[in-house]
Amino acid sequence: MCLGIPAKIISLDENGQGEVDYLGTRVKTNLAFIENARPGDWVILHAGFAISRLDEDEARETLALLRELADAQDS
Amino acid sequence: MSASRSPDPSLKGEPRRLAGAPSPADSRVRVSLELGGGGRLMREFLKKHILSSFRSPLLRDLPDAAHVRRTTALTTDGYVVDPVFFPGGDIGMLCVNGTVNDLVVSGAAPEFLSVSMILEEGLPEEDLKKILASIARASSRAGVQVVTGDTKVVRRGQADKLYIVTSGVGRVVARAEPRRIRPGDAVIVTGTLGEHSLAVLLARGDFSLKSSVKSDCAPLVFLLPLWKQGVLWMRDITRGGLATNLHELAERLPHSVLIDEERIPLSRPVRGACELLGIDPLYLACEGRAVLIVSRSRAGAVLNALRRHPLGRKAAIVGRVEKKTGRPGALLLATLAGGLRKLEPLTSELLPRIC
Amino acid sequence: MKEFRDRKVIAGLLRTIGRQARQAGPPVRLMEVCGTHTMAIHRYGLHALLLEAGVEMTSGPGCPVCITPDSHHRAAIGLVSRRENLVLATFGDITRVPTRDGSLQTAIPAPRSRVQVVYSPQDALETARRNRDMDVVFFGAGFETTIPSIALAVKQAAAEGLKNFSLLSALWLIPPPLRALLESREVRIQGFLYPGHVSAVIGCRAYDFVAEEFGLPGAVAGFEPADILLAAASVLEQMIRRSPGVENEYKRVVREDGNPRALALMNEVLEVTDAVWRGLGLIPRSGLKLRARFADFDALKKFGLKIEPAADELPGCRCGEVLRGVIKPTDCLLFGGACSPDSPRGPCMVSPEGACLVYHRFAKS
Repeated sequence: MCLGIPAKIISLDENGQGEVDYLGTRVKTNLAFIENARPGDWVILHAGFAISRLDEDEARETLALLRELADAQDS
Repeated sequence: MSASRSPDPSLKGEPRRLAGAPSPADSRVRVSLELGGGGRLMREFLKKHILSSFRSPLLRDLPDAAHVRRTTALTTDGYVVDPVFFPGGDIGMLCVNGTVNDLVVSGAAPEFLSVSMILEEGLPEEDLKKILASIARASSRAGVQVVTGDTKVVRRGQADKLYIVTSGVGRVVARAEPRRIRPGDAVIVTGTLGEHSLAVLLARGDFSLKSSVKSDCAPLVFLLPLWKQGVLWMRDITRGGLATNLHELAERLPHSVLIDEERIPLSRPVRGACELLGIDPLYLACEGRAVLIVSRSRAGAVLNALRRHPLGRKAAIVGRVEKKTGRPGALLLATLAGGLRKLEPLTSELLPRIC
Repeated sequence: MKEFRDRKVIAGLLRTIGRQARQAGPPVRLMEVCGTHTMAIHRYGLHALLLEAGVEMTSGPGCPVCITPDSHHRAAIGLVSRRENLVLATFGDITRVPTRDGSLQTAIPAPRSRVQVVYSPQDALETARRNRDMDVVFFGAGFETTIPSIALAVKQAAAEGLKNFSLLSALWLIPPPLRALLESREVRIQGFLYPGHVSAVIGCRAYDFVAEEFGLPGAVAGFEPADILLAAASVLEQMIRRSPGVENEYKRVVREDGNPRALALMNEVLEVTDAVWRGLGLIPRSGLKLRARFADFDALKKFGLKIEPAADELPGCRCGEVLRGVIKPTDCLLFGGACSPDSPRGPCMVSPEGACLVYHRFAKS
């Protein structure tokens, strides 16, 4: 039951109900488990719930590592 | 990625259909929803019941369109799409294009249609008028005439709004030549995949998803000239999606067919919705897309010809017939990660009443 | 984010892993305990690629529908076929799990009752709101990724006084079966890939005991091809250095202490209990049940049901051994013949996260 998708928060109300966007598809999402959720934040979506934030700094670091690996392959 | 949550819209409190199991009240085996799915169960049903009941040699290969008297092609289809109106089209547009496309991919220029409607008592006249207008528009666009038909009305609850059966007649202009397929020949799809299925699925409102996806329902008449330009085989990508339809060809070939996952054209909304719902787009039905096998030397020209047409702008070479990889008859996928795996045909119903 | 699927990146990671495996002593056997990992590994062709590099991936008890014993499914089937005016709401794959009483999909509901496939526990709640005169039972199976949303549904039902809603639960915790597997010493495992989204909820410390008590390395892994390979490389690195621990290789999603809000909610609504797993038997403190103050929403109490653990599988079915990682799906005699996606004999061939279905769908060429 681990299927989770990175999606961006588009809107949310004070009850923790919101909408996220994934590649142009809008999904009704419950944001109760995300502290200080705000539109523009990225979360991991699992069956109508956001279970975790996507940390953009960590993502960038990992991406940089992967790009290095790709470049190393060329040389 | 597929999730553990492929929803089955059939289980919405409709009359229960037992999938091949006898009911306790009587011990008869009953028709299950899976039979209509276009998967293996349907093919077995066809072999078991249809071929044994009807003996015409023309039926032996179970063609979607039969070429009779060498110059005439005949086809028929039932349309039970739910819901009847969906983003990008409706059952009227569908019943014309679906039948037209069956003729085109069999090598015939569509000319005449019959339209037989079964209406549920209580269907708003407004809706019926819209659908008839759609049929008229689609026929005109496809260059066919509706020349005969029938209308029946059944009691409220005995049909779901309306069902349409369309038969089509066309003039044979070419014949598929699967025997001439050779290693190196190209597999081309005429556009992005899965839009019709997703549009219909989302229109059912089972999911709290909003998307801009619209059905790709369209006539494939523009493919006809390509029969003389190197196309050896064509199939419209309906039930079962690209994987199932291509698998039917692959298993008859003395070679394997290799598809490259990276080259499959998918629109952004389809990619997103598929990942969210855990659906594999290779198994999604379209209603205005075809897969072609084109001889190697003509593939580039065919691709250019496709891309010049508004309905073929996203056409792409997605794979080729192979000699050195895999066993004869296999359909293989080169995955995004650089691995290789077999593509199996759809076994049971992914999405009922999609067309 | 396409770098996570970039062929050059993957080739580079595989080269590293190949070198590491040669140093560590191939073949290195690693276990993952997440159905989505099983799926990703086979769907992207990584199983074969890793094998070439000297790493053999084994699948463990990572599919919640698969490890739910028949007894739960039969309780659900019993409910919908014997109680009138009842909606049995559940996830799609659960409806197709075959038992001695058939499956939910083939069950004949009692008058005015039906099975409803839902996408999330919230859908079941909505059904309960719209049908106050019907009993709505949500049959939910899940690990810690899904459990918070199920707990929230019950809490909301309680807050709204939705007395017609209840939960038939099959809630499982990931860390206890790891201990059970290691203690049984049945399978030779040299390291673990920990489930990325379960870990997003429970954090990384939950697995410390694997390194501390059993000396095995592990890494929390995401689900893109690069994520899985990065985690495998991390585990191999720990092996070579002989310093087993729990490395977080999914830092963009997983925090060391997990998701405190989700954990707090789980704790508020649920309590730990002993549970019987398909294939693994009784594991102490490995499941969750509703706390006493939510007893009104417990379907077992409401309908006077008992879950009777019994010899589960249909004859010939070896799901239990597949779930323990003792055999591969292809080792089962029924695989691909008597047991196939069309006519499954056990849940591992039904659930998209079941190892048998994954093997069948993504068969190597």
